[in-house]
Amino acid sequence: MQPILTARGLVKRYGRVTALDHADFDLYPGEILAVIGDNGAGKSSLIKAICGAITPDEGEITLEGRVLKFRTPMEARIAGIETVYQNLALSPALSITDNMFLGREIRKAGPLGRWLRMLDRPAMAKVARDKLSELGLMTIQNIGQAVETLSGGQRQGVAVARAAAFGSKVVIMDEPTAALGVKESRRVLELILDVKRRGLPIVLISHNMPHVFEVADRVHIHRLGRRLAVIDPKKFSMSDAVAMMTGAMKPPEATAH
Amino acid sequence: MTAAQEFEKVLDKSDATVASFDQHRTPLERAQHFLHGNPAAVPLIVLVLSVSVFGAILGAKFFFALPLILQQVAISAIIGAAQTLVILTAGIDLSVGAIMVLSSVVMGQFTFRYGLPAPVSILCGFGCGALCGWLNGALIARMKLPPFIVTLGTWQIILAGNFLYSANETIRSQDIAEQAPLLQLFHGNAIIAAMFLLVFLLWHVLNHTAWGRHVYAIGDDPDAAELSGVRVKRVLVQVYVLSGVICALAGWVLIGRLGSVSPTSGQLANIESITAVVIGGISLFGGRGSILGMIFGALIVGVFQLGLRMIGTDPQWTYLLIGVLIIAAVAIDQWIRKVAA
Amino acid sequence: MKSTLRSMLLGAGLLGIASAAPALGGEVGACLITKTDTNPFFVKMKEGATAKAAELGVTLKAYAGKIDGDNESQVAAMESCIADGAKGILLVPSDSKAIVDAVKKARDAGILVIALDTPLDPIDAADSTFATDNFKAGELIGAWAKAQLGDASKDAKIAYLDLNPSQPTVDVLRDQGFMTGFGIDVKDANKIGDEDDARNVCHDVTNGNEEGGRAAMENCLTREPAINVVYTINEPAAAGAFEALKAAGREKDVLVVSVDGGCPGVKNVAAGIIGATSQQYPLLMAAMGIEAIKKFADTGEKPKLTEGKNFFDTGAALVTDKPAAGVESIDTKAGTEKCWG
Repeated sequence: MQPILTARGLVKRYGRVTALDHADFDLYPGEILAVIGDNGAGKSSLIKAICGAITPDEGEITLEGRVLKFRTPMEARIAGIETVYQNLALSPALSITDNMFLGREIRKAGPLGRWLRMLDRPAMAKVARDKLSELGLMTIQNIGQAVETLSGGQRQGVAVARAAAFGSKVVIMDEPTAALGVKESRRVLELILDVKRRGLPIVLISHNMPHVFEVADRVHIHRLGRRLAVIDPKKFSMSDAVAMMTGAMKPPEATAH
Repeated sequence: MTAAQEFEKVLDKSDATVASFDQHRTPLERAQHFLHGNPAAVPLIVLVLSVSVFGAILGAKFFFALPLILQQVAISAIIGAAQTLVILTAGIDLSVGAIMVLSSVVMGQFTFRYGLPAPVSILCGFGCGALCGWLNGALIARMKLPPFIVTLGTWQIILAGNFLYSANETIRSQDIAEQAPLLQLFHGNAIIAAMFLLVFLLWHVLNHTAWGRHVYAIGDDPDAAELSGVRVKRVLVQVYVLSGVICALAGWVLIGRLGSVSPTSGQLANIESITAVVIGGISLFGGRGSILGMIFGALIVGVFQLGLRMIGTDPQWTYLLIGVLIIAAVAIDQWIRKVAA
Repeated sequence: MKSTLRSMLLGAGLLGIASAAPALGGEVGACLITKTDTNPFFVKMKEGATAKAAELGVTLKAYAGKIDGDNESQVAAMESCIADGAKGILLVPSDSKAIVDAVKKARDAGILVIALDTPLDPIDAADSTFATDNFKAGELIGAWAKAQLGDASKDAKIAYLDLNPSQPTVDVLRDQGFMTGFGIDVKDANKIGDEDDARNVCHDVTNGNEEGGRAAMENCLTREPAINVVYTINEPAAAGAFEALKAAGREKDVLVVSVDGGCPGVKNVAAGIIGATSQQYPLLMAAMGIEAIKKFADTGEKPKLTEGKNFFDTGAALVTDKPAAGVESIDTKAGTEKCWG
């Protein structure tokens, strides 16, 4: 099987600091790939390079075999890569619908849309409602309510639903459970698996080893700006992973590619 | 259900109503939620109350004066519309009054000094407003300078430019009426119509177009907006240009209202517009509030000014009360924001 | 070029004489400090002072506040002039009480300080005051309005469009002067608004510009629609008031009087918008001020006061095309020749 998204030899320098040192990355169709690494290992630079938030100095990224160069997150989104950022990138005062469609609003057909550039609110609300229902998030009753009136888990749900609704190829989730309580984390993990069941591959960045080992198919361990190993979570323990991550243990020769 | 962690097993027994809402609210909380959803409600209530109180004290005479109040607040409401756009993006524009006056001077002087036909001069005036706004927008969005500082600077520059160019010459009302009556297009009820049309148009744009939603999103959280796909810089520049164009419109209306082109007018327009916006319940932190609130805010100021004048109090009481209103409005804004917690 | 050269030679010659006198050395420096440098009145004043200074070989430096009422800038300007070693200062005080300390410092340093246009409070805080007799200016238009109305003056309904709520001296003098001329008991001549004559139906403030004039007139008309005489603090306020009267359809049957004699104002008198205005002479004030400084620098002699007054009266003339019996006036043709701005 061919990977859907690959990166080869990515380099990113900030002055004298090298955040990415010829890093590689592979994501296969339909899988959940977890990316772990100690603070400063360069995993967030890797993710930013993939989702278009930074442009690497060297190396190339290919999506379905085509080489792409992203200059903005918007370009990555147009290519089909959606990201759920750690801070969620939601506008608190806007409604759920407005947030889901921010930057890709649906306009009314006919002169109202063409001349008055009027938004098609009912159509957008319907899509939003459908997407939230698909992910079992319809405990949110009013699709028009402001995001800031939602709980942390519900907000995460909206952000995930937005990514799942528009991400045609890849969904990246950055620390989706970091700010949540026990019960809300559980719901978000279920959401991640829901998205996977719908056939979308997911890149999951997390510090939470139990969560990583629970949902990931493969674990990409990042260390000192590059990929150290990719392991199968069923064959290694959490403490092995942490040991590799921190340099206390040598990675296995044959990695789970 | 996914295979839960060992320690999470007990969750199955716990209350399953995590994500639903607590429906038992005190009346105060309900009010808070209502105001959160309807930011223009507070100024509307204050407006209705103040009209009723002044009406009760002054009688019919006061109600006959209401159209007059509309005329008197029209300029600050039009400038307030420009200010609303900017403040919704969490910016501020101190140069609005200066842009208005310079645009009106351009409209007047181009006609009378260079003999251009009035429609061409008016277009030049709008161009002047757009250019000033573009300068603000470019410095703020592209150079990443704080709006307060940028517009503090352009305010001085534009005002000085206005005095240097016009040599402080007033163009008389009678000369305008004879040679370029188009400059005085907005007088009497036309002023009121211009104000309402503009506010309605902007209300539509802000609430029912993608661009309007983007303006709100930028004020709310520019980074989130950028990541969501809003072209933040471009929209910001557009906001300031549009603000400049609206100021030019205000300049045109100002000529109609004063009859003459006077380079010394509009000195306090920036403060008046910010006052209307704040009393109108629009958050200075951006992203929250309705342009309808702004027009209610402007009307509240007008009602207090004329009402207190008709009662015969010292004008300083008006300023004192408006000061109280401003602080109350900001306090209510903070309270409503707590609904999120 | 030639004339500059000549005045330089002349200046050098005068300097030679000056330096020959042992008590006085170097060139004669003078300062002109006005309220703002945008108001045509002060622009004209500066023109007069500059021309006279060039003629007499005096080095003139001009300063101004940022806005009317800006005391800080004027104090800073006074300090600069003292540090600069000026021989004399011509000052148009923005705040006639607050500037007194700075004036005292200058006089202690041996500098001749002459207040122009607006007296200091107390008036003898300056070495001399060159001003229009504002009370007389008000009296002239008051007497003229009374004469125009004839018997109807007993039932007149008069609106007063004053300057600002703090009632500066010029405001009080013109207002109370008008009442005196019209034959109204002013009660306390230092206070506007304490009168009990039924003919005074409205007092409002304009900030001396078109915007304020229009709003104040509108406010007065709502309080008393039957107003038939309007006193205005200056001509821009009068122009604004006229727009309000026109909007109310009252422009034909209301008598508007004003003070100043600026060129647009005189034009408005000729056009019948303003019935009469008292013209003052800023250019003359400034020129005479420079002469006085020159004389003081050369001989140490301070200027004298006008007989019977505690200041030097630079004169005022009533400009109208409808002369009234018993009130001396000039027509608009003569007024245009002497107008400023």
